[in-house]
Amino acid sequence: MKFRTPLARARGLGSAKSGTHHWWMQRLTAVALVPLSLWFVASLIVLATADHTTVIAWLRSPLVAILCCALIVAIFYHGQLGLQVVVEDYVHTEWLKLASIVVAKFVSLLMAGACLFAVLSIAFGS
Amino acid sequence: MPMEKSQRPLSPHLQIYRPQLTSVLSITHRVAGIALLVGTLVLVYWLLAAASGAEAYAAAQQLLASWFGRIVLLGFSFALFFHLCNGIRHLFWDVGLGFELKTVYITGTAVVIVSIAMTVLAWSLAYALRGGA
Repeated sequence: MKFRTPLARARGLGSAKSGTHHWWMQRLTAVALVPLSLWFVASLIVLATADHTTVIAWLRSPLVAILCCALIVAIFYHGQLGLQVVVEDYVHTEWLKLASIVVAKFVSLLMAGACLFAVLSIAFGS
Repeated sequence: MPMEKSQRPLSPHLQIYRPQLTSVLSITHRVAGIALLVGTLVLVYWLLAAASGAEAYAAAQQLLASWFGRIVLLGFSFALFFHLCNGIRHLFWDVGLGFELKTVYITGTAVVIVSIAMTVLAWSLAYALRGGA
């Protein structure tokens, strides 16, 4: 270890030319979520009392299905990045920090997958 | 990678300081964000119920319309509007705007007022469209 320079130890661990990627993706998804979430909430207010047939018809329109998919991707991408930052800030036990981040990413991916599956099965359903 | 524990004195911890609008909004932003991520389980449930058929969807609607469901949705909507408004405040900071202490307090107060107003507006609209039910 003694013969390794500080640079050699830092390589691949720090901001190896991807330092701003996490930060940038968080902002990018945040900007996307401003109109997407407002649109979705407005739609839900209108659909609050709608029956199943109406909701299915709504989700089956191509524009709605595409926007829903974009919303789902943005929500879980953004959510998982944000949770990672919180975990990194407050969890100081190395293994627990790593495990929490891995679990957060896997669970977010599963939830995103479930939402996309639901929207697409409605959109492509008979 | 073992970190060498520094023996230097630490600055006072967070609980020493008197809570201020700025610090309270900052931590609330994180709490709201985590609540929203947990709350998206409702979105997963609602979408899967819609995909499963009319019966599952009716059950989901009934659950969400119950007093418990409404409290969860009320909390979720406020967390969403707050995180949205304060998130926009953060985006302005990211491009270097609004850092003056006075501005920070003005925008902070605005975030609280606007997010409460948006929650009230959203629920008033929802109730008006259902005819008060």
